[in-house]
Amino acid sequence: MSGIADAVSAPFAPVRAYFRRHRSFGIFVGVVLLSIALPLLTRVPPFDGIQSTNAWVNAFTTAAIYAMLAMGLNVVIGFAGLLDLGYAAFFALGGYTYAFVASPFTGVHLPFWPMLLAGGVVGAIFGVLLGAPTLRLRGDYLAIVTLGFGEIVPITLMNADKFTDGVNGIGGIDKPSIPGVLQFTLTNPWPMYGLVIALFTLIMIMIYRLEDSRLGRTWDAIREDELAAESSGVNIVIAKLQAFAVGASIAGIVGVVNAAKITIVTPDQFRFAVSISALAAVVLGGMGNTIGVATGAFIIYLFQSILLKQLNTLVENFNIPVLNQIDFLEFQYVLYGIVLVLMMLKRPQGIFPARRRMREFAPLKIGKGGLK
Amino acid sequence: MLKARGVTRKFGGLVAVNNVDFEIPRGSISAIIGPNGAGKTTFFNVIAGIYAPTLGTIELDGKPLISPPTGAGREPILLVVPMIPFVGLAVYFLIAVGGDTGLVEGVASVAVALLGFVGALLLNIVRPTWYNRLIKRIGVTRPARPNDMVVAGLARTFQNIRLYKSLTTLENILVGMHVHMHGTFLGALFKTRQVREEEAAAEQRARELLAFVDLAGMENELAKNLPYGKQRLLEIARAIASRPKLLLLDEPAAGMNPKETEEMTALIRRIRDELGITVLLIEHDMRVVMGISDHITVLDHGEKIAEGLPKEIRTNPKVIEAYLGRGAAAGH
Amino acid sequence: MATASVTSSTAGRLLGNLRLPFGILVFLGLSLGVLGIDQFVNALTLGAIYALVALGYTMVYGIIELINFAHGDVFMVGSFVAMFISSSLLGNEGSITSIPLLAVSVLVLFALTISVMSLVGALIERLAYRPLRRAPKLAPLITAIGVSFILQNIIQFFFGPTIVTVPQLVPVEWSIQVAGSRVPLLNLFVIATSVVLMVALQLFISRTRTGRAMRTTSMDRDASSLMGVDINRTIMITFLIGSGLAGAAGVVHGLYYGNTTFSLGFQSGLKAFTAAVLGGIGNTAGAALGGFLIAFVEVGASAFGYGRWGGAVVFSLLVIFLVFRPTGLLGSHTGDRA
Repeated sequence: MSGIADAVSAPFAPVRAYFRRHRSFGIFVGVVLLSIALPLLTRVPPFDGIQSTNAWVNAFTTAAIYAMLAMGLNVVIGFAGLLDLGYAAFFALGGYTYAFVASPFTGVHLPFWPMLLAGGVVGAIFGVLLGAPTLRLRGDYLAIVTLGFGEIVPITLMNADKFTDGVNGIGGIDKPSIPGVLQFTLTNPWPMYGLVIALFTLIMIMIYRLEDSRLGRTWDAIREDELAAESSGVNIVIAKLQAFAVGASIAGIVGVVNAAKITIVTPDQFRFAVSISALAAVVLGGMGNTIGVATGAFIIYLFQSILLKQLNTLVENFNIPVLNQIDFLEFQYVLYGIVLVLMMLKRPQGIFPARRRMREFAPLKIGKGGLK
Repeated sequence: MLKARGVTRKFGGLVAVNNVDFEIPRGSISAIIGPNGAGKTTFFNVIAGIYAPTLGTIELDGKPLISPPTGAGREPILLVVPMIPFVGLAVYFLIAVGGDTGLVEGVASVAVALLGFVGALLLNIVRPTWYNRLIKRIGVTRPARPNDMVVAGLARTFQNIRLYKSLTTLENILVGMHVHMHGTFLGALFKTRQVREEEAAAEQRARELLAFVDLAGMENELAKNLPYGKQRLLEIARAIASRPKLLLLDEPAAGMNPKETEEMTALIRRIRDELGITVLLIEHDMRVVMGISDHITVLDHGEKIAEGLPKEIRTNPKVIEAYLGRGAAAGH
Repeated sequence: MATASVTSSTAGRLLGNLRLPFGILVFLGLSLGVLGIDQFVNALTLGAIYALVALGYTMVYGIIELINFAHGDVFMVGSFVAMFISSSLLGNEGSITSIPLLAVSVLVLFALTISVMSLVGALIERLAYRPLRRAPKLAPLITAIGVSFILQNIIQFFFGPTIVTVPQLVPVEWSIQVAGSRVPLLNLFVIATSVVLMVALQLFISRTRTGRAMRTTSMDRDASSLMGVDINRTIMITFLIGSGLAGAAGVVHGLYYGNTTFSLGFQSGLKAFTAAVLGGIGNTAGAALGGFLIAFVEVGASAFGYGRWGGAVVFSLLVIFLVFRPTGLLGSHTGDRA
């Protein structure tokens, strides 16, 4: 796969070299181009027949939100090697934090923009809180504990009626606004699209910088051999907590945005399935590869929301006897499961393996005596 | 430089190291030898901070480094006490507001209590130095961890080589250097000048270290693709990267052919002579031990049975008996 | 590092000989007093179900150190299979009052469900876990999650997201009087079934060659294979038995509650896993003990009006045990990892 990519982009070599050195700028340019190209693409057949451009833009926004979640989870799983199965909890906490201070439920109405930051802070605090007990656990036990927390949070949100209105959730959440300049409304998806794309770019740039930093290297070392890392002077505790904090704060920020977009948060939005969908995106895209998991998230989301819907219309139109009784949209959860199983069995490094992960799964070079 | 007094380490009923006194003079190359199962690696691991000693203390440069952990029973108190002011505040708040506890007040109280809880948990997990000093006053000392040893100026290699296999040689060494790098989290996010310069300087030094161990040119090779001998050299380079005062080598010549052994011996000497690092090694290869050690300590069944200069150890009947059995000792 | 756990499990077993039966009796007595006979019996019944499921978790973890995420869903599918069999094949919609007919129907139900679920479990092992046996531990765990998801959603797809009724073949009205309270025979039936199966399992593990093979494989796989144990077959048998027990639990669940739903596996499965951890992962006696303990905790929480929080309480227990006492109450019986 990489051979073809190399061949095709060979004439662009100087451009690639430039962007490799100015990567943040490259990301910015890439995302801007893509975010303009995609809506344009939806104006041409066959895409314009599926749904209106506005609906498409809304779908892209949701896909980008999902992709940000995947990138955040990738920091915890892909960089630091900590299998977090309760990631949705941080997403929930971010959403509820904003809902709490920006809805008729409490009557408090704080502005959106500082709450973005607050969502990150809340996420970081809970990331540390929920990550702390797991620090000395092995991989599978760590996963179960995070799963446990991932369950405890929605259950608590559902049962603490007085604070969270239980099953009904908190609705009527304020939309963001730049007074005098821009109004975010329920009917016009473009401002939210722009906001989400901007956030996406920012988060991606930050994650790449972290990966290349001393902290990223520390995470690599911990993932490879924890004991050796500790004997090299690495403070495992702090590094793992930082991984949890970073991942959770991203989820918190995205939670705030999501709450503002959908204008309602309910415990049901943050079930285990959400954590698993993020995991599926990470596994599909390539653990440790930031662009990879974002792409994986896009693929999964667009597949489940567009393709499955199309499958429904298709079998309806052709009136296929048994199949048209089935609502294919229900399949989306089976989809996550299938992705997980197939990828682990066939291509555990993901569609776009991270440079380093590829080395982990690659066979050893035999010849220089390196037979280990 | 390093003084170990009465170090004992028990695993349940098994006494792996029994009341060993041990001293390493600064600037020396010392060796610990002994038959298999003598407790050498356990003793090594105590110095390296992997096991806490059951009894005994270890001092580095006159300052206490390692001692048995105490006051473990009081640990739960450490978790609860810092929380009390916060929870108290929250409760007081709720009582003061009384029946009028509105939504916001309720959440605020929960938030304050949570803050206390998080703070207490964090303190107990992260254990900043001031906190450690504080709890020492109430008699709680927590076992040292390997990374504390590195900060204090120790570094070690492993008997069965523990490199970061999927990282390059350069990256392996860089990890060793982290302990002296001060780039902050925000600095990394915003690529500040301080961070960029620090990284560049680190990379430069890493290359120099690679050259020092004769691995120049292999900067981008993955550690797992290096041949065995070179992996050992890389591990040593990574250990030196943290600028230790004392380097602990666990069987550095294991599995090496004579030529490689010679190169390793020369390297160890250069580490002491050119870098001024004191070396302590465990070794089975007697050529290496006799060849470079200034001072040898012999362990058997967890106890020290002899120590002294190489030529003294070579002819010591107790040592011969330990290795070869009573008959051989008598025969000499 | 590894040695600490050896010590605590040995100590646990030595002291446990004295402390444990006494502790259990005290606990049972207290619960009886606090809960009253009705709830006490309910707790025992629920515990019997959890214990059966917990056994599967603990055996699989003991032998390949994998948390079989899909196991809870095997239990759930078992309940649906039983529902299908009793309503379609046996053609029953309600209870059967004729004892011989009842006995036959129940036996057929058990036989069929257990067989089917054993095969399903073994199939999952063969297709999804065996290829990953040498892979890093996270890979089969993620695969197990995937399988769990697939199972849940296939069932949801075919049977809907709501609660599905199951024919309760054993009449709910049959009961005996104990100390003034009415104890349904159904409860006693569930408890008895569970105990019989657990005893049978224990005998199998301790007395047969295969059982011995299972024990040695969980202690040291490579040494066992060098001794001539067929590892693949032994692991497959472990899955067969574990899944069969989960299937039996599914039957029993349907008979007792009269309903089932697609999410049963996730909720109850995690609780049963908590039971296995509580008792000591890899330890079959521990799984049984843990199952009953968890049931008492849950029923107790309900009795005090905190039923909705039951799940959170159990998960909190799981977290507490994993962090502070991962070897469980009775000590864990897995091969020590270096």
